[in-house]
Parts: sequence; structure tokens; C-alpha cells
Amino acid sequence: MIGAFVIAFREVIEAGLIISIVLAATRGIPGRMRWVLLGVAGGLAGASLVALFAEKISDAFEGNGQDILNAAVLIVAVLLLVWHNTWMSKHGKELAGELRAAGAAVRSGEREAAALSIVVGAAILREGAELVLFLYGLVASGTSGADIQFGAFAGIGAGVLLSAVTYFGLASIPSRYVFSITSALIIFLAAGLAAQAAQFLANAGIVDVLGHTLWNSSGVIPENSWPGRVLHALVGYTDRPTALQGLVYLATIAVMVGLMQWSAADKRRAMRTA
Amino acid sequence: MPVIKVEIRDGVILPATIEVPANTRFKLEISNTGQSPAEFESVELKREKSLAAGATSAIVFRTLDPGTYQVFDDFHPEAKATLVAK
Repeated sequence: MIGAFVIAFREVIEAGLIISIVLAATRGIPGRMRWVLLGVAGGLAGASLVALFAEKISDAFEGNGQDILNAAVLIVAVLLLVWHNTWMSKHGKELAGELRAAGAAVRSGEREAAALSIVVGAAILREGAELVLFLYGLVASGTSGADIQFGAFAGIGAGVLLSAVTYFGLASIPSRYVFSITSALIIFLAAGLAAQAAQFLANAGIVDVLGHTLWNSSGVIPENSWPGRVLHALVGYTDRPTALQGLVYLATIAVMVGLMQWSAADKRRAMRTA
Repeated sequence: MPVIKVEIRDGVILPATIEVPANTRFKLEISNTGQSPAEFESVELKREKSLAAGATSAIVFRTLDPGTYQVFDDFHPEAKATLVAK
């Protein structure tokens, strides 16, 4: 039972942490809850499809189908997170302000919430397929006892609870700071996802450069330990990164910070001429 | 391309020492012959493959340095094996 609890809990928090950051980052955008729920529903449906067709997907592209699909899902999520942070550096202050009906922010906010709904869906699609496979196996095989099934569902509950606690923790940050903090979290989140995508492309043989290992910190924080897994979900920690992963990680951070500076400067120009 | 077969069965990975060729392309064909789902994984190799009960799937390795790599079943943490490339 403990084993099933731990596995379900682990799979849920990997997506749950991403969702709670996204929820905190979209505070003040009208209608965002509907979009987030849509993302959750879409992600679960997608994860079920991936689990159902796991063998077919795996065999596609000469056995590289799963790697290519994972890379594609992660790249979409990264691009949308980059766009989110760029948008936020222009409109974040308006959303944080008292005036909710801050014109442009609210109008384009709907599009912004739709983009983040896709990020939520991608996070669940990526992490959820394994969980669906695991749970389906527990229920369908009929060999596992009620206590194991209870453990798995308790694990899901605990994972959702921890994600909710993370969200409320972030949401309780005063609105003046909350977007600076979520933007910073999202930079590292996106960089980590981009580095993972790079590894999937390398595994699929699409990228074949910089494959050597930069360092090995598995003796300090093993990637499959609890701290390792949480750091992996939040900032993309890996205990044996390749040079390609390191490069992609740093490049993503540089591009995001650059775009955010540009967008904030663009807004200052617009305000001067107005 | 050489095909190396691995069986994974409700918390047991067979063989316990998986011998594979180093520095060449090969395919690791993993069959889950057990009643429960499994996830063949290696952190060192940065590879993972989830398998429903009864499923067979493969991981293609393009090149692997000679050495010893730990693999495990992420859904049955007690299940461990060693992959030896030479």
C-alpha cells in the first residue's frame, strides 16, 4: 500500500507543482479558472490516450515515437511559458493593481489564460500517462488488493493537497511581489522543461551534439531521491546533465530575461508617448 | 541492429545483468510479462519506458560508453538490475 501511495503521490506532484505555479501566475485574469480546468480535463484525456496507445506511439519513428512526442509536448509548454512571462512583464502591474478592469490587460488576459491552459494540459499529458497506466493496471489486473488501490488513490489525494498548499502559499504573497516571484519560478521551470526536451531529442537521435556529461552530483542529491524529484519538477534538476542540456537551460533563461526586459521597456515607451 | 531482450515481471527484472554491446547501435526490447504495470528506468542513461501488463516495447540506444549502468522498475522500487556495456 505504501508503495502505491508513494508512486501515485510522486506522479501527481510533478504536474501539480507546475499547475499551482501557473494558477498563482494568472491571479487576477478573469475567467482563468475555467481555462485551467479545461487544461486539466484536456491533459487527462490526452494522458489516457497516450497510455492507451503507448505501444503504438513507442514504435512510431523507428522506436523513437515516445521521445519525439515528449519533446514536442515540452517544447510547446516552454514556448507558451516564454510568451507568458513576456506578456506579464508588460501587464503584470496592471493585474496586481487595484483596478481590475485595466483595459488592455483584461482584454488580452483571456488569450493569456488560454495559453496557460495549454501549459497545464501539457504538464498533465506528460506526467499523467504514467499515472493512468499505473492506476489502470492496479484496477484492471484484479490481482492487487483493496489496500493497494486505496494507497494509490490516497497518494493522488495527498498530491493534490500538496499542490493546493503550494498554490495557497504562493497566492498569499502580497500582490506587489507575487508576479515577480511567479515570473522567476517560471523562468527556471521553462529552462528545466527545455533541457528535458533537449534530452528527449538527443535520445531520439535528432540532436547529436554535446552529449558528454557536465558533472555528476548523484552522490550529493540523487535525481530519484525526494529532494531530487522536487528540484527536478521545479527547476529541472538532473544529477548528470549533458553539455547540451546545460546550454539549452542557460539559453532559455537568457532568451526569457531578454524578452521580458524588451517587453517592459516597450511598455515604458508606450506610456511616455501616450 | 542487435536486439537484446529484457523481461520485467511484477518486481523482477530478468536477466539481473543485462549485457549489451558498447559503442554501437542496439535495441533493448522490454517485455512486461507480469500482471502489474512497470516502468523500466535508468537515471544514468536518462531513459524510461512505461509498460502496461503484457506490453512489449523497445528503447533504441545509438551509442553507449563501456561501463556499468543501474536500471530499475520505477513502479516496483525493489526491482533492480545492472546493464553492462562492453
